[in-house]
Amino acid sequence: MSEEITITIDDRQIKTRRGEKLLWAALENDIYIPHLCAIKEEKRPNASCRLCFVEIEGVSRPVTACSREVEEGMAVKTRTPRVDRLVKTGFELLLSDHNLNCRECPANRNCALQVIAKKRRLKLKHNRFKPIEREYELDQSPAEFAFDRSRCVLCGQCIWADRVEAEVGAIGFTNRGIDRVVTTFNNLPLADSICTECKLCVEACPVGALYYKEGQKA
Amino acid sequence: MQLMEGEREEILACVKEVLGENSKTNENLIPILQQVQAKLGYLPALAMEKIAEGLDAPAADVYGIATFYNQFRLNPPGKHEVRVCLGTACYMAGGNITLESFERRMEIKEGETTPDRHYSLDRVACVGCCSLAPVVVVDEEVEGKATPTRVDGIMLALEEDRENTGKQESEEGEKSGQN
Ligand code: SF4
Ligand code: SF4
Ligand code: FES
Ligand code: FES
Repeated sequence: MSEEITITIDDRQIKTRRGEKLLWAALENDIYIPHLCAIKEEKRPNASCRLCFVEIEGVSRPVTACSREVEEGMAVKTRTPRVDRLVKTGFELLLSDHNLNCRECPANRNCALQVIAKKRRLKLKHNRFKPIEREYELDQSPAEFAFDRSRCVLCGQCIWADRVEAEVGAIGFTNRGIDRVVTTFNNLPLADSICTECKLCVEACPVGALYYKEGQKA
Repeated sequence: MQLMEGEREEILACVKEVLGENSKTNENLIPILQQVQAKLGYLPALAMEKIAEGLDAPAADVYGIATFYNQFRLNPPGKHEVRVCLGTACYMAGGNITLESFERRMEIKEGETTPDRHYSLDRVACVGCCSLAPVVVVDEEVEGKATPTRVDGIMLALEEDRENTGKQESEEGEKSGQN
């Protein structure tokens, strides 16, 4: 498992371990690949955000780096016209139902979407896809934090924190398609569910969906 | 949704029976949900909670699966079940407007049931008579060209039955009160 192997990313040789996923091998060597849903400890990644595309020499199509294991001698490119196009489209789709109003967002300047936009020179704007606006009830029931689903990117980081770190099982993905949300059993406010308000999910959220109420951040 | 008298016991017994007939693995969650729904007509929250307990899975996961598939319903079927077709032909002919008219008139959303369980409202995909679009199925009856005006007519008939049921019930209540 810990056998060392060498791969090439963007013409740079890096050393990594057999069994490692390409995304983490790159990030550990300061090679940036956009990602939202990847969880290092997860053996079977969801690969749902579709932002971590790369191209591998000899593989006909771009692949998601978070779900691809490294192989000895692999030659990888993080930027190609096909990759850039996929990432741009994926990013625009994510924004199309995102309550894009950074100035009023609790995650402003501390947001994974802003990082991706900056690193890949993508615009934090609605353009190609008509924005979808939906009404969500703001869940302010927990004492120290709140949940604004209009800013959720469905990355699943909070669910992992709830299940694996907190070992509670209070939240999960619900509904299908455009109606998909993260919520509690029977869609109850967090405070009425089995949520222990440990706040590990708030720590995990990469955007402004789960956030500390004013003056509550430790 | 408020449980009716005796429903709680019925739900608990049903879940117990179904769990007894299946091995309690996550792979069996969908068959278990199907069997419980076949018996109860829907998946009450209490049933989902008990199934989760039985499988030692988070209730949030059972809820996630139940809300993912169209075949599962979380609300009891009403005395009158109205299904609005949103298949391609009906959608193009304004099926969504028909659905909205029902939602307004019944004061519930698609997939829901009125608190008195008189109506439940659902969407279906193509019932096979596209030339009559937009189509609505009321109980077993197919209603063609169901524009909002037609919705008013359908609702009128159904409301009459609702009032009668209400009357009967209060009369029965009075009778049993006398005994
Ligand atoms: S979550 Fe990030 S991208 Fe979304 S509004 Fe907040 S700061 Fe902007
Ligand atoms: S609430 Fe935050 S962590 Fe959870 S899925 Fe949404 S964006 Fe991801
Ligand atoms: S990080 Fe790979 S698909 Fe989300
Ligand atoms: S689309 Fe409605 S009956 Fe065919």
